[in-house]
Amino acid sequence: MGGTPTDLKLIDENGRRIDGRLPEEMRPLKIEAGVLKRADGSAYVEWGNNKVMAAVYGPRECHPRHLQNPERALVQCHYNMASFSVDDRKRPGPDRRSHEISKIISEALTNVVFTEYFPRTSIDVYIEVLQANAGTRCAGLTAASVALADAGVPMRDLVASCAAGKVADTVVVDLNKEEDNFGNADIPVGYVPRTGEIVLLQMDGDLSQEQFEKGLGMAVEACKKVSVLQRDALKRRYAAKADEGAEPTEIREGA
Amino acid sequence: MQTSDSKESPREIVVPGDLLAISSKNAGPGTYSEGGKIFASQLGIKHVRPDSISVVPLAGQYIPYRGDLVVGKIVDIGASNWLVDINSPYPAPLHVNEVPWRVEFGETGRFMSIGDIVLIKVVGVDERKRIQVSMQEHGLRKLSGGMVIEVSPSKVPRVIGKNGSMIQMLKNETGCRIYVGQNGRIWVDGELDNIVLAVKAIRMIEDEAHSLGLTEKVKQFLEQNSRRGA
Repeated sequence: MGGTPTDLKLIDENGRRIDGRLPEEMRPLKIEAGVLKRADGSAYVEWGNNKVMAAVYGPRECHPRHLQNPERALVQCHYNMASFSVDDRKRPGPDRRSHEISKIISEALTNVVFTEYFPRTSIDVYIEVLQANAGTRCAGLTAASVALADAGVPMRDLVASCAAGKVADTVVVDLNKEEDNFGNADIPVGYVPRTGEIVLLQMDGDLSQEQFEKGLGMAVEACKKVSVLQRDALKRRYAAKADEGAEPTEIREGA
Repeated sequence: MQTSDSKESPREIVVPGDLLAISSKNAGPGTYSEGGKIFASQLGIKHVRPDSISVVPLAGQYIPYRGDLVVGKIVDIGASNWLVDINSPYPAPLHVNEVPWRVEFGETGRFMSIGDIVLIKVVGVDERKRIQVSMQEHGLRKLSGGMVIEVSPSKVPRVIGKNGSMIQMLKNETGCRIYVGQNGRIWVDGELDNIVLAVKAIRMIEDEAHSLGLTEKVKQFLEQNSRRGA
């Protein structure tokens, strides 16, 4: 992580962070569902200075065929950072980091999707980071689960995600770029609010056990707030049409 | 679109993971139960019936069920079968034994070729979602002429309407021949102007799938426009 520049004060005398937040305060989060016309489901997330788009296609026929699972659907996530998403141009194309993030997000989502309903298929999730400012995997996962629900994929719950970390020996939630670069630790968490399961957990940097537990607790609390916004985004998409609705007698029986 | 406050309660939008009920009712489509509680598994509209709770989905892919009438497109030809795209994640092979003609081995291409549109029925789906389709029932055939449009499969029930009221009205008002497949494909044939009108009406149904009194609205639309055309 490199050494902290001595003149950079990540936490000031009043306990405020570099962007004026309190340790347990999240950056402003905005979620919108159904933003892309050609995808089966989509979502756009603005989380502080992060801008992330997620698109879902499927369930659809799985290619290449040898990846097909005869019993369940495959959730395949593709995380990508736009070349203009960071200060120095990011060399386009898959790299070690994006492979890793794609893998962990796929695994987190597989835990909530009813994959057994769609044997032999693949559910493709594309996450595009348009602007990055630390915490893009959390923003990506948050957007991806909204996009999945928007595509009508049956799921047990939406996955909410947020990070916690340690900055200037203080445990804080939702690190921004400076805190991530010059702080001591970062713990992204993916959380299923209904059951309390944790479907994504990583740690970069070092923490004592007490600090870790405190951070995890704070991240979980933040995830609960994220979850409220995710649900709101999906409901808002149909709210204009909501008061009326489909006629129940038309449901196909035995479907 | 009218928005009346008085009837907001019965049309509740639910999101995956929302608690629908704590009861012994049956968990219908779009829901799942865990520990005696029923939760939504899909984004949709909550629908409570006396003995079960279900969610009418707002989006989703077409998943074939036995007995579904679908509009398919031939995408490949084998020696003894045609491969039909039925707008679902699963390909549907149509075997020569399932068509109304006697087809010699290797002669499949002489009966139907790639790009042809067919009206077929799903006669079998196994647990691995292998599909069997047939063209041997009355009314099932190759569809020539006309055009095919696609709507979201979750909106097919709205295009058909209660006991077929919507589709019957569409056929009467436009004079078109229309087949609605459960897979969201709709085949329309008739006079060009009438086709255009029917397609517009179907797009209108798709856009306003959730409004009440939709059949009346579409009827009005059709009457106004066909009069202008005459």
